[in-house]
Amino acid sequence: MSAISERKYVHPDVLVSTDWVEQNLKNAGVRLVESNEDTLLYGTGHIPGAVHVDWTIDLNDQVRRDYITRGGFEALMSRSGITPETTVVFYGDKNNWWACYAFWVFQLFGHTRAKVMDGGRLKWEKDGKPLTKEAPAYPKAAYRARERDDSRIRAFRDEVMKHVDAHRPLVDVRSPEEYTGQRLHMPNYPNEGALRGGHIPGAKNVPWSMAVRPDTGEFKTASELESIYIQGAGLKADQDIVAYCRIGERSSHTWFVLTYLMGFTNVRNYDGSWTEWGNLVNVPIEK
Amino acid sequence: MTETEVVPAKLTALLEAFDGITDTEERMSMLASYAGKYREVPPAIAVRPYPEEARVPFCESEAFVWALPAPGGTLTLHFAVENPSGVSAKALAAILEKTLSGAKAGEIAAVSPDIVTRLFRQNISMGKGMGLMGIVQRVRDLARLTLRGKSTP
Repeated sequence: MSAISERKYVHPDVLVSTDWVEQNLKNAGVRLVESNEDTLLYGTGHIPGAVHVDWTIDLNDQVRRDYITRGGFEALMSRSGITPETTVVFYGDKNNWWACYAFWVFQLFGHTRAKVMDGGRLKWEKDGKPLTKEAPAYPKAAYRARERDDSRIRAFRDEVMKHVDAHRPLVDVRSPEEYTGQRLHMPNYPNEGALRGGHIPGAKNVPWSMAVRPDTGEFKTASELESIYIQGAGLKADQDIVAYCRIGERSSHTWFVLTYLMGFTNVRNYDGSWTEWGNLVNVPIEK
Repeated sequence: MTETEVVPAKLTALLEAFDGITDTEERMSMLASYAGKYREVPPAIAVRPYPEEARVPFCESEAFVWALPAPGGTLTLHFAVENPSGVSAKALAAILEKTLSGAKAGEIAAVSPDIVTRLFRQNISMGKGMGLMGIVQRVRDLARLTLRGKSTP
């Protein structure tokens, strides 16, 4: 795979290589954050100095279906030794699926000094770079966050309804089987409670994993991404676009690709996604 | 033997130990230590590619379960988890092997998939939780098949 700087991304500085991370392991201005689907994975070995963000308890409200509040985010930053000036580098399993999810939540609170390690855990391990079970300890940091801003990059049900009525573009990043309603869940995953199958009317199906190389977990080049999302799905960089999946994690990966690697200016993630839409009464569904 | 027997004492004791853990880090550390004790099914029992009839349905960690009848109406359990990142599945497999293998089929059949919630609490996605419950359900189903005199994979 070519170097990040040669892939012609619109915002290439949002990605860092595994080599860059290795060279910055002792950089006090950089904090590595590992976020995985399997929250036990971090404990089996992680990049030295990386803190763990457990999406199940660190990013989500424990009562309502919602994300943490400003106070919760400030507490997470404080115990992770992260200040507003810290550059946070996210990585994780599943081709950075959950890393992009954490990245997206951090953007709700405006932490823009954020990057993703290209290739995630897969690339780091394939490169034979070191892992440790030693949990880092950082002094508590002072972090004053802004209130969570759900208006720019997050979409809610009623907004999506208006989006559909206005015939604006949607991207369904689930598997083709989920998109067509052939199944209610990802292949090899159990059903997570959606009563109806199919997709939101008008949505184009572009599975999230098309944006990465399966052998290394690295993001595809800009021209490859353009052939998928622009020539293939007919999306345009200046459109108002909503991405969704099942609970908003896979679509945060696509949100990242469209926004940072391709420079789309108005992409929102509908985190209610199919577990909300597929259970709503009297909403339109296509198969 | 019936399906109404109580669950094996080893499992009950372990669940009670987990119930007493209120610190999330401690719980995860405990689960990770079990994952480190995971033992793959020995070649004498099964070799790759593992038979589809031993596969746990809808488990993204690609788990397989075998339950072999042993003297005294007991079962010997074996597991395989093919996804190298399936640490939670390995932890559960190790726990089930430690606490259920060697127990009577009736006792194993009485184990509820709800033990996944007691072990992992909220530290797991709904999808992964249901996949793990599928492992327990598969173990229970194999025990029930044994009780009914049917062969198991």
